[in-house]
Amino acid sequence: MKLFKSGRNAYLMASPYLAWAVIFILVPLAMVVYYGFTDGNGSFTLNNVVRISDPGYFKALWRSIYLAVISTLICFLIAYPLGMILSSMKLSNNAFLVTLFILPMWMNFLLRTLTWMTLLEGKGVINTLLDIVHLPAINIINTPGAIILGMVYNFLPFMILPIYNSLSRIDENIINAARDLGADSVQTFMRITLPLSVPGIISGITMVFIPALTTFAISTMLGGSKILLIGNIIEQQFTLVYDWHLGSGLSIVLMIFILINMIVQAVYDKEGGALG
Amino acid sequence: MMKKRIVSMVLLSALAATALSGCGSAQGTGGKLYVYNWGEYIDEDVITDFEKETGIDVIYDMFETNEIMYAKLAQDTSAYDVVCPSDYMIQKMIRNNLVQPLNLENIPNSVNIGEQYYKESEAFDPGNLYSVPYCWGTVGILYNKTMVDEVVDSWDILWDEKYSGQILMQDSVRDAFMVSLIRNGYSQNSTNPDEIKVATDDLIAQKPLVQAYVIDQVRDKMIGDEAALGVIYSGEAIYTFRENPNLEYVVPKEGTNVWIDSWVITKGSKNVSNAEKWINYMCRPDIALRNFEYITYSTPNVAAQELIDEETRNSEIAFPDLTKLKTEAYKYLGEEGDKLYNDAWMQVKSAN
Repeated sequence: MKLFKSGRNAYLMASPYLAWAVIFILVPLAMVVYYGFTDGNGSFTLNNVVRISDPGYFKALWRSIYLAVISTLICFLIAYPLGMILSSMKLSNNAFLVTLFILPMWMNFLLRTLTWMTLLEGKGVINTLLDIVHLPAINIINTPGAIILGMVYNFLPFMILPIYNSLSRIDENIINAARDLGADSVQTFMRITLPLSVPGIISGITMVFIPALTTFAISTMLGGSKILLIGNIIEQQFTLVYDWHLGSGLSIVLMIFILINMIVQAVYDKEGGALG
Repeated sequence: MMKKRIVSMVLLSALAATALSGCGSAQGTGGKLYVYNWGEYIDEDVITDFEKETGIDVIYDMFETNEIMYAKLAQDTSAYDVVCPSDYMIQKMIRNNLVQPLNLENIPNSVNIGEQYYKESEAFDPGNLYSVPYCWGTVGILYNKTMVDEVVDSWDILWDEKYSGQILMQDSVRDAFMVSLIRNGYSQNSTNPDEIKVATDDLIAQKPLVQAYVIDQVRDKMIGDEAALGVIYSGEAIYTFRENPNLEYVVPKEGTNVWIDSWVITKGSKNVSNAEKWINYMCRPDIALRNFEYITYSTPNVAAQELIDEETRNSEIAFPDLTKLKTEAYKYLGEEGDKLYNDAWMQVKSAN
């Protein structure tokens, strides 16, 4: 045990991670920044970043933010009550339930999204079942609604887990003390449970909002390639137009939004740490 | 929390390391061959048989559009040895030095490819130096007779509001613009900005009627009665008839695109002789026949055509008489032309 406590060994242990971080995070990031701020001849330019103001691109960015916010909100509304239910249960039961929520994640994300496409199609599984019981068909495939559904379905576990974690870490005694001092359930929730779970909520929001903002696979499959998100625009720059400079420039714009989100999280994390 | 994250990262990198070292050892005795082909564009058993016969270890990857293929190869042509792009893209690859001339002496079976297909290939590969044809066909409209009860003979039907939400368009820049340009009486190789503007506006006007922009999925969606009309390659159409007898394929009267997909060997290929063996194998009549029966794309292999049953051989869809149709092939339009089309396509895709 003593071995691992010494600084050098800890550094040694972390070295694969550091190498990983440099090769797969820092180097690509540096390349994105380089391409984003240069033109075809390698000279400095801001054009690639400014191109986000093109009406089509700007609309795609706005649409991405809009859909990501809605998806995050829906995820939160589903995840929070669920987190409360899970954390109030006995340990043996909730471990099983949590596994149930993680289980689908063992399957490839693209396959699961592709499955939704088949389920939602005009003559797909869901509509066939609805037809059998004489209910009207639902036609949300290739609409923003289907994209939101795909986002919520895919990213919900990322909201549930941190919220569940922070809720289950709340000391039972604090809640009992509140009750003792005459607080009713609403007051206990508003003044004890909710504030103490804020760090979980914030990291849940980050973990849903960022992938939802940047996705291009979900919008391609469930949006019929008709509804372009900023992720699609960037993907097309790399695969169709073969303009790495513009693709990187637009990625930098997207990164700004991700950075804002992460700064918010960092601030709350600090406060959460101070509280805890 | 942080510690946990580090542990999982370490585990992940360890996993990646073992996965990478696993790739190091070659399975066959004949070396390796990296093949890059369209999705569902070969009878997969043919690959296995090729490996058995030659001892070559085939690494087979697939792409969905010429543009995706190009973006990958332009980075590193040695990533693949043998590739199957379309006409205009081969022209672009020749121009940009991504492919190498073939030594047809090492591909003796290439004589099985019909003279007329070599002649057509001259348009994008003068002298037939770089490519050997694999499949060819037209682009047309596939429609469901139970949902469309009028005569389909014009691209105009794809703009008919009656079929709103029932139309599948190709999610591929040249094919989408081909439809719109030809419908307006322009050449599918137009580089006139005004003509492209008209075509772009038409595609934007059409967008609300389009159910989805798809490529390979046109086939499955049409078979599953998901849409009434779809733009599709002739080879796919023949396959769909087997699965759904209500489907019919037409080449519109305004004309269409005729295309050839051919095998080329990349400039940076490290396994040139294996790549030659691959192309030679694909040109063998029995193999070409097996591929045709599986993927139903028209084969330019005349020796294989003779083995096909008479009904299919005389089919106007499988082997159309091009003198009766108004057809043209795509040409590579240069960087300026590419940019014109790509920008216009992005406008269409991001509009609504």
